Amino acid sequence: MTQSVTATPVPASRRSFDAGEFFRRYGTVCIFVVLVVGAAFESNAFLSDRNIMNVLRQISGTGIMAVGMLFVILTGGIDLSVGSILALGSVVSAIAIDAHGTGLGVGLSVAAGAGCGLVTGVLVAYAGLPPFVITLAAMTAVRGFALIVSDGQPIMMGDDASTVITNFGSGFFLGIPDPVWLMALVFVLAGVVLTFTKFGRLVKAIGSNREAVRLSGIAVPRYVMAVYVISGALAALAGVITTSRTGVGSGVVGVGSELNVIAAVVIGGASLMGGKGGVINTLLGALVMGVIANIMNLVGVPGYNQQVCMGAIIVIAMLLQHGSRWFKR
Amino acid sequence: MSDLLTLTGITKSFGGVRALKGVDFSLRAGEVHALLGENGAGKSTLMRVVGGELQPEAGSITFEGRSLTLADPKAAADLGIAVIHQELALAPDLSVAENIFMRELPAAISWGKLNRRARDVLARMGFELDVRRRVGDLAVAQQQVVEIAKALSRDVKVIVFDEPTAVLSSRDAQRLHDIIAVLRDSGVGIVYISHRLEEVFKIADRMTIMKDGALVGVTSPQVSTIDDVIRMMVGRSLAALFPKAAHRSIGEEVLKVENLRRGIKVRGVSLSVRAGEIVGLGGLVGSGRTETARLIFGADAKESGEIRVHGKVVKINSPLDAVLAGIGLVPEDRKHHGAILDMSIRINTTMARLKPVVNALGFIRRQRERDTVMKLGQQLRLKSAGPEAPVSSLSGGNQQKVVLAKWFHAGGDVIILDEPTRGVDVGAKTEIYGLIEELAAAGRAILVISSEHQELFGLCDRVLVMAEGELRGMLLPEDYSEEKLLALAMTNSVAADQAAPLDLPAHKHQPVN
Ligand SMILES: Nc1ncnc2c1ncn2[C@@H]1O[C@H](COP(=O)(O)OP(=O)(O)OP(=O)(O)O)[C@@H](O)[C@H]1O
Ligand SMILES: [Mg+2]
Repeated sequence: MTQSVTATPVPASRRSFDAGEFFRRYGTVCIFVVLVVGAAFESNAFLSDRNIMNVLRQISGTGIMAVGMLFVILTGGIDLSVGSILALGSVVSAIAIDAHGTGLGVGLSVAAGAGCGLVTGVLVAYAGLPPFVITLAAMTAVRGFALIVSDGQPIMMGDDASTVITNFGSGFFLGIPDPVWLMALVFVLAGVVLTFTKFGRLVKAIGSNREAVRLSGIAVPRYVMAVYVISGALAALAGVITTSRTGVGSGVVGVGSELNVIAAVVIGGASLMGGKGGVINTLLGALVMGVIANIMNLVGVPGYNQQVCMGAIIVIAMLLQHGSRWFKR
Repeated sequence: MSDLLTLTGITKSFGGVRALKGVDFSLRAGEVHALLGENGAGKSTLMRVVGGELQPEAGSITFEGRSLTLADPKAAADLGIAVIHQELALAPDLSVAENIFMRELPAAISWGKLNRRARDVLARMGFELDVRRRVGDLAVAQQQVVEIAKALSRDVKVIVFDEPTAVLSSRDAQRLHDIIAVLRDSGVGIVYISHRLEEVFKIADRMTIMKDGALVGVTSPQVSTIDDVIRMMVGRSLAALFPKAAHRSIGEEVLKVENLRRGIKVRGVSLSVRAGEIVGLGGLVGSGRTETARLIFGADAKESGEIRVHGKVVKINSPLDAVLAGIGLVPEDRKHHGAILDMSIRINTTMARLKPVVNALGFIRRQRERDTVMKLGQQLRLKSAGPEAPVSSLSGGNQQKVVLAKWFHAGGDVIILDEPTRGVDVGAKTEIYGLIEELAAAGRAILVISSEHQELFGLCDRVLVMAEGELRGMLLPEDYSEEKLLALAMTNSVAADQAAPLDLPAHKHQPVN
């Protein structure tokens, strides 16, 4: 009965460095720095300009989707449909650009993604159905829809029609790939929205205490719906980037990418319970995912081993951020 | 008599806030020891040290003559120390019985036995409650009973009650005091934290008074008067508990509710509140007062009923509709309904009316928001590290002030306050009463729900009394007395129908208009 009672005198006042608090805040930064330093030691090629740009270009799609996912997760929801919407975005953009030109094509593609998000958003926010199940259903249905629209075939664009979009996919501006600029723009806008606007504040507040927000006279469902629309639109935008890099629209891209996206957000310290998370850390989370894949490719780790490593890194990230209480025992 | 528990020089800081500055406290076996002080004085923090939840930076703890450290709540529980928190800590999805025996639930639950034991514990306390009900469905007062039963389900030597009666009606509070008397006589040491000084003077053997994290003194009801204790707590004496606004004239009818219904909780409630009027809603816990308020505010869907504001019928299907119609509600359960604990005071305060602090593009005007919040904070004498501090870092009473600030900021014409001074210290209470008076003087219509009868009598122009989901009558100031209020609150519906109190204006029951 007295095991946990020790008769030692109480230690005098100590003001020590609180490691738990430190890692909860800067865990993602630490992981990122350690990874980059480690990668630089492992491979000379890692820090070359070309490779860095490569990593950035590769994560641009995941990064953009992660922003949408961050909004959803902040409200305490989840969106499993982003991988399928990415495919739909890719297919629609290829068809629409061919038919209507680049501007309208991209617009239609993003609108298609937003439309998917609107349907899931309404079901989640107004009908009160569980987001996990609804977006799981959307994941299946939208994937099927993308395959129907594309007839299961890659969609080629006419050479004239595709010039602008493929130039974007492979182009550089000020030495940085165009898609990376787009990703940066999305992150900056999201950061501004989350930090400085009413919308951003309410999204976080809803994730923290939905009932208190409702009882403050806020139309909660409107905001919940909106985050799924945003997530859908950004996933389709990522689909456009896919098309721009390969020059073809495909209904089979992005299978399983929703998990990478969720992983990026969670490594970035967001809580799946809602209310906690930010854009800078989400960007770092996406970078962490990209750097791991890149360094394993550079040093020649086979694909299956890569998956195991990826899983391990996610667990380590979680332990750093949330395991401090456990370590203290 | 020797001391059961002694704390010496306990010091504890949170970041920059020094919550405890070398506090001494001693508890004897078989005494009720009241711990008093303003909101934020450090009472709950000191008791969290006793419960093993917080580790002090300095100081020593002696229990039954042995010096020890309480490493975690389990260490304290194993010694027979139970702390019942101000903010209840129950599992809402589990049943009453499961919650009571939470710490010792067997791997395979025998429901019959568990429920029987739970009923026994409650019966010993003199409370009746369906032990199979989901705790999340209970009213706050009933949850409080479960929390106490949980502590009493095992042998205790020390039991700490942190504001147990804040949510209880006076009848339930009386029952709790009976339980405490029994515990004391059986040699348990009891720490009792409360802002209701009358009850403290009734049951306490000794009183320790704290202010700003330090000990002010130890006294007893035989030695000191209530005024002495208030002076020790606040550092000054209070002029009047219920300050009256200089001039308050009662005007047009602002809120009119007719035949509001929802299930068995609200059965045809009609009432009206005029501009500048403060109307009380009294009755026992569970009489349907909170539910009535929630229906008016659109928090729940009503089955029938009409609501008028300034004579115009308003359709209220959600809190948003209510806020647009100029109705605000300070809810009873601040932890779940009132405040977003993880977010800052600033964000919480402006939540119900963002318009003045948001520009046309939806951007927050931060400086203006800060100024607004600081001003309200000063008005309410909010004690905090600043507007950016999360509400969770505030003491219970100061959290309540943040919720009040939110609705003061929202500024509707109708304000419904459900237990507005729950867990608020005397000094702050006076301030809140003053603010309510001011709101009324500015022409707002105010409906106050309270289980503290003195509060209703001191504050309200008239008091409506509810029982079993119906209005049972009305008291005017000349009729204000506990007996009359309780008589109305405890009439059963048959007797009430026969007496037809609502049709007898000459009688003490006034028509409800
Ligand atoms: N976890 C925490 N983080 C930061 N500050 C805290 C924390 N807990 C308590 N405090 C601060 O410590 C002080 C004492 O708080 P405490 O809750 O003990 O007050 P109290 O006397 O119980 O007040 P009340 O009557 O309102 O319940 C307050 O200033 C409060 O803001
Ligand atoms: Mg307290």
